Amino acid sequence: MADKRVLGPDDVRRATTRMAHEIVERNRGLDGVVLVGIQRGGVWLAESLAAEIARIERTVPVGSVDASLYRDDIGLRPVSPGAVSELQFGIDGASVVLVDDVLYTGRTVRAALDALSDYGRPGAVQLAVLVDRGHRELPIRPDYVGKNLPTSATEEVTVSADGVIIT
Amino acid sequence: MSGSNVLSVEELGVDRIGRILDLADHMAEVNRRPNPKVPALRGKTVCNVFFEDSTRTRLSFETAARRLSADVMTFAVGQSSLNKGESLRDTVETIAAMGVDAFVVRHGSSGAPWQITSWTNAAVINAGDGWHAHPTQALLDAYTIRTALHRSGGLDGLRVAIVGDLKHSRVARSTAGILSLLGASVTLVAPRTLLPPFVDLPVVDSIDEVVGEVDVLYLLRMQRERMNEALVPSLREYTMRFGLTPARAARLAQQVLVMHPGPMNRGVEITVDPSELPGAVITQQVANGIAVRMAVLFDVLGSGVDALAAARSEL
Repeated sequence: MADKRVLGPDDVRRATTRMAHEIVERNRGLDGVVLVGIQRGGVWLAESLAAEIARIERTVPVGSVDASLYRDDIGLRPVSPGAVSELQFGIDGASVVLVDDVLYTGRTVRAALDALSDYGRPGAVQLAVLVDRGHRELPIRPDYVGKNLPTSATEEVTVSADGVIIT
Repeated sequence: MSGSNVLSVEELGVDRIGRILDLADHMAEVNRRPNPKVPALRGKTVCNVFFEDSTRTRLSFETAARRLSADVMTFAVGQSSLNKGESLRDTVETIAAMGVDAFVVRHGSSGAPWQITSWTNAAVINAGDGWHAHPTQALLDAYTIRTALHRSGGLDGLRVAIVGDLKHSRVARSTAGILSLLGASVTLVAPRTLLPPFVDLPVVDSIDEVVGEVDVLYLLRMQRERMNEALVPSLREYTMRFGLTPARAARLAQQVLVMHPGPMNRGVEITVDPSELPGAVITQQVANGIAVRMAVLFDVLGSGVDALAAARSEL
């Protein structure tokens, strides 16, 4: 099957900017807001969102969390952890915006929520994703979406700052 | 099933060693948390079977398994049916039938862990066999050097000297093996009487020849029972030629790592207080041991090799 580019670099930039505005709007004043990217795909997106938010309003802390030790498919398929979690700030009472590139079954988000709870008890957790491709297997929904992208389960979605490609 | 065992450095190979050391970074991060525990191996059972006493290694493995939420059984050989004449094989098969996912085996005879793999589908981790191999010690040594010197890309060009009783030391064998595999140049420092019969690494017979020349100085434990076998004339003579004395410590550059697998014989292989050596990483070795053993357990039980199903089908 031929690769299909559904978003280009400009689309990704515009979607990121819009999501940053939505985050600022929804969390007035940004008090206690922190961004946490899910290793690996969510990390660059969390960083670009943070840069946009800093441009619009003010800087917010950015960290990352690796969910691989919390997955529910450990032992069922090869696990390849991303980079090590880096949370240099406490998250007790914080409004954590969890960030990932693609939302699919929801299982990674579930694992990331468990991982987060080992670092503290956030006041609230919101979810930001660049692409929501459907096929949820758990009751998880995003608060901020760059693009809703209907896909079939056999397709693969690759996301980077350069765009979104379906193969 | 052999892919899921950890028996020797050589069988692991460079790729799997690299993967385990990368995983250890994740485990070290878990260990730095206020609540150092993750659910990764929930529902898995790890059985420690120590035919030779080793409180430190056993505690390290137990802690590692618990921090991954695995269940731990400890088979105390002293109180077991082995004393009533049950064979090693019967013992292993009996424990395996209780639903064990991994055996952590320490045995006085070289090769015992390999033999155990032929009696069970559970994964087998070698926690030291005879004079032969101690792969998790080697992994934690490599990990300690890698983190202390920020060398996650490999150890090319690193100069390491391993000093002491190389003949009876599985630590020396495995650690020299892993460091060589990762690209380091390893020199062995020992009296001829304490060298193994076949050596494929450079050998010198006094620590003075390496003190100013190395990046890592690895001291082995000098076992007192070797005196009785007359392999060294006296402990004092050993210290004179092979011990890290204050005079030699003064010749070590600040950044030279000083390592020891423990337990240390203070006054024999080392006569300075390691806490006064800027490059001593002996306590880090112990702490890293837990992270590395977590990585090994996760690699063996959590990597998608269906060890559990195989173990269950034995029942």
